[in-house]
Amino acid sequence: MKNILEYLEASAKYYPEKAAFTDENTEITYREAVNKAMAIGSSLASLGKRNAPVAVLMDNCADSLVAYFGVVYSGNFYVVIDAKMPSDRINVIFETLRPIAVLTDRRHEEKALGLSFEGRLFFYEDSSSGPIDYPGMDAIRRRSIDTDPLYALFTSGSTGVPKGAVICHRSVIAYAEWIQETFGIDENTQFGNQTPFYFSMSVLDIFSTIKAGCTLHILPKKFFSFPVKLLQYMNEKHVDTIYWVPSALSIISNLKALDYVPLPELKRVLFAGEVMPTKQLNYWISKLPGVLFANLYGPTEITDICTYYIVDRKFADDEALPIGRACSNCDVIVIKDDGTEAAPGEEGELCVRGSFLALGYYNNPEKTSQAFVQNPLNPNYPELVYKTGDLVRYNDRGELIYITRKDFQIKRMGYRIELGEIETAVGSVDRIKACACIFDDENDRIVLVYQGEIEEAAVRDVIKAKLPEYMHPNRLVQVKSMPLNPNGKIDRKHLKSSYHTL
Amino acid sequence: MDKLLEILEDLKPGVDFALEDDLIEDGILSSLEIMTLVVELCTEFGIEISPLDIVPENFKSAQAIYALITRIRDED
Repeated sequence: MKNILEYLEASAKYYPEKAAFTDENTEITYREAVNKAMAIGSSLASLGKRNAPVAVLMDNCADSLVAYFGVVYSGNFYVVIDAKMPSDRINVIFETLRPIAVLTDRRHEEKALGLSFEGRLFFYEDSSSGPIDYPGMDAIRRRSIDTDPLYALFTSGSTGVPKGAVICHRSVIAYAEWIQETFGIDENTQFGNQTPFYFSMSVLDIFSTIKAGCTLHILPKKFFSFPVKLLQYMNEKHVDTIYWVPSALSIISNLKALDYVPLPELKRVLFAGEVMPTKQLNYWISKLPGVLFANLYGPTEITDICTYYIVDRKFADDEALPIGRACSNCDVIVIKDDGTEAAPGEEGELCVRGSFLALGYYNNPEKTSQAFVQNPLNPNYPELVYKTGDLVRYNDRGELIYITRKDFQIKRMGYRIELGEIETAVGSVDRIKACACIFDDENDRIVLVYQGEIEEAAVRDVIKAKLPEYMHPNRLVQVKSMPLNPNGKIDRKHLKSSYHTL
Repeated sequence: MDKLLEILEDLKPGVDFALEDDLIEDGILSSLEIMTLVVELCTEFGIEISPLDIVPENFKSAQAIYALITRIRDED
């Protein structure tokens, strides 16, 4: 096993007529997926390049998944570009990426033509229906190795310049192994995909689908404002496994939508990407007894996930969930500021080692060498670890507890404050639907933004009852709805820059 | 109806809500904006909207939203 296309091909062999990917309008079988992807691969291979970036500019739809595999067939790696992203930002990414080609569809022709890049423009409609060069495809595969890049995903860097984490085949193979054995994904699984493909969480949905030979259903984004419709759609598609961001799960629980439309076929609810408010989780658990719930943790730079916790006991609404322990074939170490390993209970930065690690940031050696460093506990041979920038500690049960982003930990009047702790306290209140705490460092102010029909005074009472005075927010801002970023997570950057206008 | 149009224009300036007849399919209202709208309708019109009524058909145009408000008021 050295190339993820082996998953796709094996599934096409066993289940040729089974739907691999569906969206609201399309259904693509495994046989079609392989044929179209090989046609795309043959057309892109005419460029004669290897291990080079091809940008894919399409909506999140079943065809876009075929497009990604097409790029892989050509011996290159794909870079998912959010078609709704402003052109200026795409051009900034392209400056770093210098794609050899952009693969788009007729729908996005105008947008693609307006972008600045030197590579060629390919259209999905033409390439996917063109001829397949079988000997050419074989030749490319024979040369491929498992450390060749598979894809790059761009995340916003703190400086505003996006960084593209490059992930190789081996990382995804190791990751998919872990998912399958941990969650028992098999050929009957029906994924209900929420996360867009330019977001690392979608890697779980996509690759465990093709590995198991099951089906991935892209849930229409517009239904996330119509929870009842969404749940009905999931039932229609027999969705039994979801891996969503907590904000998406909260949409359902805030409206108590499961009271109206139950999900009898659901077996697994996984979540990651931000802290899951325990109160929201408790609603889901109360409505879905016997369903597996798991809190997953990890950044894009280690494929998707490095630690996980399968919920195995009750949590009070104001208790935080652990992030658990390391995935199989992945190791995590907790490092203190002085470079030594933290003792149980001690706080330190979570560092990850093993096959899940990205190759680095594309065309950015400086950022790469800051985040991917020699394992501080191993002076004997070269071994990289990825520094997550997240602070954690082990609890008495030997489970990892997420504390905060290193940059979210603030100091005020000599006290060290975790903004996440304030959020957990406030989020446990019944009428609070969502909340986010930000630190306005310019004005030295802790700001709590919350959604829910509850007056400021009542929120203050809760804060007083639950938190020491030095942790009390200076300002409370009530909003009708939380701003979300394109991934569906609370948009903290936006809150920080514009909370005073909300 | 005027009050509703005012709310809609506040939510998303620059759209002719009196004329648009497919706010959802045409992607004029994002999921976040619909959630915001639901909360505003509840406070401004003093109604409670059940999740069962939060469906695209009831939000596809200003007329549809108005019909929803009227129906909920009549039921009360």
